[in-house]
Amino acid sequence: MNPGWFPTKFDMITVKNITKHFGKFKALDDLNLTMDRGECIALIGPNGCGKTTLIKSILGMVLPEKGEITFEGKNIKNDDEYRRDIGYMPQIGRYPENMTIEQVLNMVQGIRKHASDVDLDLYNAFEIEKFKTKRMRTLSGGTTQKVSATLAFMFQPKVLILDEPTAGLDPIAAEILKEKIIAAKNKGCLILITSHLLSELEDFVSQIIFMQDGQLILHKNVDDLKATTGQATIAKSIIHLLKELKS
Amino acid sequence: MMQILKYVALDILKNKIVIAYTVMLALFSWSAFGLEDNASKGVLTLLNIILLTVPLVSVLFTTIYVYNSNEFIELLISHPVKRSKIWKSLFIGLSTSMVVAYVIGTGIPLLLFADFGTAIMMITAGSLLSIIFVAVAFLSSILTRDKAKGIGISIIAWLYFALLFDGLVLFLFFQFADYPIEKVVVALSALSPIDLTRILILLRLDVSAMMGYTGAIFQNYFGSSWGLLLSFGLLLLWILIPFYFSLRKFKKKDL
Repeated sequence: MNPGWFPTKFDMITVKNITKHFGKFKALDDLNLTMDRGECIALIGPNGCGKTTLIKSILGMVLPEKGEITFEGKNIKNDDEYRRDIGYMPQIGRYPENMTIEQVLNMVQGIRKHASDVDLDLYNAFEIEKFKTKRMRTLSGGTTQKVSATLAFMFQPKVLILDEPTAGLDPIAAEILKEKIIAAKNKGCLILITSHLLSELEDFVSQIIFMQDGQLILHKNVDDLKATTGQATIAKSIIHLLKELKS
Repeated sequence: MMQILKYVALDILKNKIVIAYTVMLALFSWSAFGLEDNASKGVLTLLNIILLTVPLVSVLFTTIYVYNSNEFIELLISHPVKRSKIWKSLFIGLSTSMVVAYVIGTGIPLLLFADFGTAIMMITAGSLLSIIFVAVAFLSSILTRDKAKGIGISIIAWLYFALLFDGLVLFLFFQFADYPIEKVVVALSALSPIDLTRILILLRLDVSAMMGYTGAIFQNYFGSSWGLLLSFGLLLLWILIPFYFSLRKFKKKDL
């Protein structure tokens, strides 16, 4: 965590007073956040609480009407280059239907010309080679997720943003991905991950962000959280906390 | 930009609708020249067909294609690519394929049957018209997220420019026949790219009888060469303005 008086050299991403409406619906409500290098942050909260909107705002896909987001100290507004350092795995990967897996991978590599050595661990582990000539339209949800994961890790980014990464993956693939996430964390990546399966996050998450109705309810270290609630697991601590909040 | 353009172009070239469009234009052109014994009559027949079909196909195909490119745009946007680059690549890709289809379909018979100057003029004007309606489609598809609505807007735009506009001008002309409204009518004709294209070709062919009201006044007012230059410039504006506004809106769009 970054106390207020400390120089912000560890800040990777800061979110300041972000507000976003979709029509009348308030998806993000004056949200403030600081995310540091080397942390693995679980972003949790009920459906429609603004998790995906927050992620998309960081990626510049959604443009908030108020507030600013900085990436390594620079405002991301009107900037595209910062996305070189981000690997993003969407919740539901949507790809051009008529392109083959190979074409998609080649195109993205072509766009990221600077990428010197490409990380093909997941490409090999998921055995994508076998069906690389298949069109994206014909792929199952799980296979599409494998392609998304491969793309997210391919360019060895400093920040990984994973939206429900294991949803739809078979247990073996999910395990491979989990190991890859842990490896990235050990290398010092900032990892932002959303998931509804709290038990899955248990092994590698270092911080928890809990959101509700577009607001930040809680941002804590996992160890602190467990200590204050007196529970053994993240899932139990969160439930404990929610009950407390209600009463 | 070239990278993105390459994949856009590859995808459109594989599209059967573009191929069918090329064949259709070729059929129209060959039969227009085959049926008329006089080449300049053939050009006029072809002109009337082109003024209806080229805008319709360009605007509809582009609108649908842009909506179907949503996934493609989403994929690219999470990578370090400028939004304007994605939008421009799509625009250049679609414009190029529409122009290529038009040039192959009508250009060859035009060069064979019509005199060279007229053929070149028709090819240029038709290509501009194609690009204009690609730009109009870009604007209508960014106005709404709903594909059906977007296609509706495109069809209405086509109806307006291809059919309603001339009627409206005529109506105005009759209503205000007692007043000197020639200047107004000239200004109005700038508001319809299809009218402008017609004027461009007819000024070249020098058949004022076929020009309709706006065209006749245009020639009176500017004489042939100035009229040509002016209408050409206005057509370019018709590409730039809709595309500029669509780009501005795309840069602010939530994906």
